[in-house]
Amino acid sequence: MTTPDPAALEVDGVAYAYPDGHQALFGVSFQVRRGERVALLGPNGAGKTTLVLQCNGVLLPGVGQVTVAGLPVTSEHFKEIRRRVGIVFQDPDDQLFMPTVAEDVAFGPANLGLRGPELETRVKAALAAVGMEEYAGRPPHHLSFGQRRRVAVATVLAMEPEILILDEPSSNLDPASRRELAEIVTGLDITILMVTHDLPYALQLCPRALIMNGGVISADGPTAELLADTELLAANRLELPFGFDPARVGPAA
Amino acid sequence: MGAGHSHALYLLGTSPLHRARPQCKLAAAVLFVLAVVTTPREAFWAFGVYAAALIVLARVAGLPLPTLARRLVIELPFLLFAVFLPLVGQGERVEVLGVSLAVEGLWAAWNIVAKGTIGVATSVILAATTPVPELLRGLERLRLPAAFTTVAGFMVRYLDVITDEVRRMRIARISRGHDPRWIWQARAIAATAGTLFIRSYERGERVYLAMVSRGYAGSMPVLQDLAASRGQWLAALSLPAAAALVAATAWGLRP
Repeated sequence: MTTPDPAALEVDGVAYAYPDGHQALFGVSFQVRRGERVALLGPNGAGKTTLVLQCNGVLLPGVGQVTVAGLPVTSEHFKEIRRRVGIVFQDPDDQLFMPTVAEDVAFGPANLGLRGPELETRVKAALAAVGMEEYAGRPPHHLSFGQRRRVAVATVLAMEPEILILDEPSSNLDPASRRELAEIVTGLDITILMVTHDLPYALQLCPRALIMNGGVISADGPTAELLADTELLAANRLELPFGFDPARVGPAA
Repeated sequence: MGAGHSHALYLLGTSPLHRARPQCKLAAAVLFVLAVVTTPREAFWAFGVYAAALIVLARVAGLPLPTLARRLVIELPFLLFAVFLPLVGQGERVEVLGVSLAVEGLWAAWNIVAKGTIGVATSVILAATTPVPELLRGLERLRLPAAFTTVAGFMVRYLDVITDEVRRMRIARISRGHDPRWIWQARAIAATAGTLFIRSYERGERVYLAMVSRGYAGSMPVLQDLAASRGQWLAALSLPAAAALVAATAWGLRP
């Protein structure tokens, strides 16, 4: 580590164009401090998912640099970077591919070289953190969607990451599963970057928010303040649900 | 293990057969079938012994025989083929109930029916006592290349997801008034198949991304040591060994 307490995630001037020439990111910079919960808001096509994939080196920036807890994201650090950055993807069916829940949760830590009782402890702890211990032996495709998303969170928690990145965690969840997931997220003692366009969820879970649009960060501040700025939201194609008034809800826990 | 589509053939149980290591069961099943196939077709008694051995195995595993018998139906198409052999065969013929049948064809049909049924029954018992993920691990232990077992594992995992996608696409199609009756209306179904291929391909890419994000570097981690002891191997291989003995005796007794 270069500095005594580096940011959990530092994105510095990152620009990226896909191989087909489509440019998705135009110089994105921000920092996430350790222990923070930050929402990354933006309309569809803003470049949010592209940015997420820069954070663990699946995509490498054309210009700029991403640093995770002091370690730059470059090919020689991939193994450690992928331990430090846990990404929960949008569709749990993409993330859960092993025959049973327990094996799936074990996949990540096993790739890190863990075996035997140590591995088992990790799997148990991760499943306990999302309240899915009793489903360890089940095949993932027999769980409900909400349960699958919780297991997907566990698969990443088992790697004991520095930062947890959730890509649209509330999409397709019924209200009860949504609330359960919120309880799990607030109960975790970990840095979180939550990508979403579910504004109330962002307000509930993340004290700070970034707004992304057209491949740049267009706003960075306390979630409650950003959501109260109707012009800012409108300029970024973000909308609060009908009847939702951020001023009448308390700030994030 | 939970119940469900991918475990459709598995019948829950705790018998010694259920608990046996999958690699032992697989090896024993394959060798047993080999012994059965090499048995001369004239040795009726030998096939009786094989069938009896399988029935005893099924009893030991606590499998309901009627269920197993129903699962044998899968071999019907092959049996239909066997039925034609005596009718079309050449050479010496016999008259049975007024139908002229070829003797050589009758022997060939019997050979197919007897060996086929015993072979299918063996795999039915194997499938009923071993869940699919364990079968895959057994194959891995038997040194099958990891590429095969991994692909098979993904197939098992995503079969339901893809079937569900097909179902949703079909419902969406018929909800818009699609009612295929004629061959030229098959175009929409062909388009569905194409779309399904693209979607599955893209899902494959996303799954790979998710795997890479969790540190996948080209090989699946081996999570459990399923090594079988010498005793377990001996117990499992006693069945094919006995079958080999029967086959050898049948050859010895041949006139």
